Amino acid sequence: MRYLPLTPADRAEMLGLIGAASIDDLFSDVPAEARLSGPIAGLPMHASEMAVERHMAALAAKNLSAGAAPFFLGAGAYRHHIPASVDHLIQRGEFLTAYTPYQPEIAQGTLQVLFEFQTQVARLLGTDIANASMYDGSTACWEAIAMAGRVTGRKRAVLSGGLHPHYVASVQTMARFTGDTIDARTPKLDAAPDDAGVIAAIDGETACAVVQYPDILGRIPDLAAIAAATQAAGALLVVVVTEPVALGLLEAPGKLGADIVVGEGQSLGVGLQFGGPYLGLFGCREKFVRQMPGRLTGQTVDADGRRGFVLTLSTREQHIRREKATSNICTSSVLCALAFSIHMTLLGGEGLARLAAINHGRAQALAARLAGVPGVRLLNDAWFNEFTVLLPGDAREVVRALADRQVLGGVSLGRLYPGVPELRRGLLVTATETATDEDIETLATALGEILEGMPA
Amino acid sequence: MNAPNTSGWRPAMGPAGDAEAGLATASGDRGLMVEEPLIFELGAGNGCGVDFDQSGPEPLPLPSLSRFLRKSAPALPGLSEPDAMRHYTRLSRQNYAIDLGPFPLGSCTMKHNPRLNEKTARLPGFADIHPLQPQQTVRGAFEVIHQLAHWLITLTGMEAVAMSPKAGAHGELCGLLCIRAAHDARGSARRVVLVPESAHGTNPATAAFAGYRVESIPGTADGRVDLAALKARLGGGRDSDVAGVMITNPNTCGLFERDMRAISGAVHAAGGYVYCDGANFNAIVGKVRPGDLGIDAMHINLHKTFSTPHGGGGPGSGPVVLSAALAPFAPLPFVTRDTDGTVRLVEEEDAPADGPQTFGRMAAFHGQMGMFTRALTYILSHGADGLRQVAEDAVLNANYVLRSLDGVLDAPFGGSGPCMHEALFSDAGLPEGFSTLDIAKGLIDEGFHPMTIYFPLVVHGAMLVEPTECESRQGLDRLIASLRAVAERALAGDETLKSAPRFAPRRRLDETRAARKPVLTWQGHVQPPAAPSLSETGGG
Repeated sequence: MRYLPLTPADRAEMLGLIGAASIDDLFSDVPAEARLSGPIAGLPMHASEMAVERHMAALAAKNLSAGAAPFFLGAGAYRHHIPASVDHLIQRGEFLTAYTPYQPEIAQGTLQVLFEFQTQVARLLGTDIANASMYDGSTACWEAIAMAGRVTGRKRAVLSGGLHPHYVASVQTMARFTGDTIDARTPKLDAAPDDAGVIAAIDGETACAVVQYPDILGRIPDLAAIAAATQAAGALLVVVVTEPVALGLLEAPGKLGADIVVGEGQSLGVGLQFGGPYLGLFGCREKFVRQMPGRLTGQTVDADGRRGFVLTLSTREQHIRREKATSNICTSSVLCALAFSIHMTLLGGEGLARLAAINHGRAQALAARLAGVPGVRLLNDAWFNEFTVLLPGDAREVVRALADRQVLGGVSLGRLYPGVPELRRGLLVTATETATDEDIETLATALGEILEGMPA
Repeated sequence: MNAPNTSGWRPAMGPAGDAEAGLATASGDRGLMVEEPLIFELGAGNGCGVDFDQSGPEPLPLPSLSRFLRKSAPALPGLSEPDAMRHYTRLSRQNYAIDLGPFPLGSCTMKHNPRLNEKTARLPGFADIHPLQPQQTVRGAFEVIHQLAHWLITLTGMEAVAMSPKAGAHGELCGLLCIRAAHDARGSARRVVLVPESAHGTNPATAAFAGYRVESIPGTADGRVDLAALKARLGGGRDSDVAGVMITNPNTCGLFERDMRAISGAVHAAGGYVYCDGANFNAIVGKVRPGDLGIDAMHINLHKTFSTPHGGGGPGSGPVVLSAALAPFAPLPFVTRDTDGTVRLVEEEDAPADGPQTFGRMAAFHGQMGMFTRALTYILSHGADGLRQVAEDAVLNANYVLRSLDGVLDAPFGGSGPCMHEALFSDAGLPEGFSTLDIAKGLIDEGFHPMTIYFPLVVHGAMLVEPTECESRQGLDRLIASLRAVAERALAGDETLKSAPRFAPRRRLDETRAARKPVLTWQGHVQPPAAPSLSETGGG
């Protein structure tokens, strides 16, 4: 077996040196009645690299990959072009096969990357500080709510109707067990988000309001107005960003009064990967640092006075504080943070602004073309690279019909909100820099034909 | 030449006193030992390593967007591709890694990461598919999840597996929420979870995160759970306030819990559930099935036992296998195979029919697909026979380390029989003034990553060595020789050991200073890129 260096002779000799008659002697603590006598039946035996690759390639071939079709999906996971150098660099063994940097003298590479990442994320989100990553945007969202609870001493969170329904569901799962009160609402099919409804729901018991920017339907909430309301109530404003490229064009949430900003960093460097692994971004005001979840990298000096970096403030964390920790998180998403950081470094601030402008331009072109398809109505007043259109019938059926024609045409609101019939005509479409004019034309044509054939 | 560093920071790869000894270099680097400023300190920071399609000028932002626009581009430095390649390549060389040598971190299972796994994960059919594509276009992805799930269920002898947890601690949370949901379903309001003193920190943190009160179970003198004390605390049957226990098996002392079946029996008799921390599954995979030990839930760190790369701190993946008692409460979404052979995803919509008792969703989308492809590739490579050999070799290697250090380092449980996949030592026997930390830092100078130190907490100055099955006999002998040499330096009272490491890119770092006044972002000032007026960002 190609991954096992010991030879049968090594094994025999080592057993002799240990003083064991057989390998079974080393498993003598396992109750005899539970010990397996040989390989588990019904499972295949070891296989060559060629055979395994063939098996996996056959499974991969059953999927329609985004690059092989006109592609317009978003809803919290975005397809952007990733420079080839990103994937090369994250596969360097010194990054790929390193452990969490607990021994900083021989982990300055990862630690410096994380320090740079924290700075990039804080600047992008407009927060004072940021941590070294969370699992993903949705789990970061719950961690932000839990942290707002610790900061304010309150246990009620108001969720805007524009928050991604998977994020809402994840929060509701946790809240059911922690006893937090979650005031969640369903989006309405209006041209702009219901900021007034969020503001009206904030009361003196509220720990935080959670607002997605841009929201799940692609609309842009007025963060400054909501921040004024949370501040007046002694609550915190948590802003969720699922498409960080938008922040190349839109004002940073931290600059608009957000106290905690969390995000899904997948757009930069990470790729679609069918939903994971992704990258949770987490930034906040500096005064909350000791309530933050997750790892933090800090600057210090070594015994010779040279600058170096270490994991710091670990008295917040589970391996020191155990049941009193700010979170149970341990392994987070450092390799994805590296990918994000490299992609961001290749872009720079100006490149990100340019990428954002291109995305916005492609989405405008898509909106203009779709608006010309009979029966299609554009919902949004404003959007970045994603918006909602209303169809004459059930959008789920339309999405499936498009897929039958090898067009990946968007995410139906029926998939996201299966129990909400009034949303079922909504289709969420996204255009990034990867969407060509030909892709847009193919979608519009196919959509027109499908709608024509649909019963009114 | 890399972009010029404008900050004044300079590399310092040699030790202090270089200049006096006439050994200083003008650059501060030394031969192949090079280091690197921060990206914020490199040049003007206004480079760009990305070219955009020249498809004509972009339209102006929508007028309705004007009140949301930022005034200038984010203040983030950019580098050309060659400068970026050098920056990260130079940084990578400051890292220790499995590809460079053994990583004997106890409880972490740092094994070889086969590159075939990276290759298959990057097939466009896996890497370039969106989680919300219509199900008809991603059947192969669901088959990967289903095949991996089948392996995990079969290897553990359990009823079901929840695939969506994102890492080990998230898996622990999943298991505890299943336990909580099971108690809720029968109207039991138990609020205590018992955790051994030797447990990973994530166990009590997770129990607290899930709304439980944590109580400690004492250990015995031979490093295992005190069954009598556990039984006493569980109390009688239906009146117990204990929702469950979290046990690590093999435990963090590197020992198999011989009484596991009796522990499970006692917990079940008291109406509770048994959670097993599966971080150490590598020791027993293919040798014993946790389902045969009475376990109700166990997470499996795919980034440990099944070799998905640790990446400097994640991403991980933590599927949770479940007993028949807990399976109905598994989180959404999950993959199921219909009688006609179709593999499909059960989300919220189908939950009332297919998973009416689910405790709900834990995260967006369907789990760490990129880790599933890697883990399945690894599992298929090894097969049922190879995985069993993995456990045997891992345990053999650990016992070889344990016995090879007899008489040099104190092994607190070494006398009570063989260890499993990790060998535990203590600082007993080190002379006054020498600590476990000194041994670890001395090992760095020898060219090795240290073992896990000061964990488990139940052993003073613990050193937990997990060589894994991936070390050859010769590799083990080199590691043992260095461990022995460093321990002997301590035993001989060699004061220079206290200033180790001396040959790493950095000497010991001042962690107190880092925590007292945290510097978490670069404090210098970057020249903000010339603010593009957003109406002019097109064209170019």
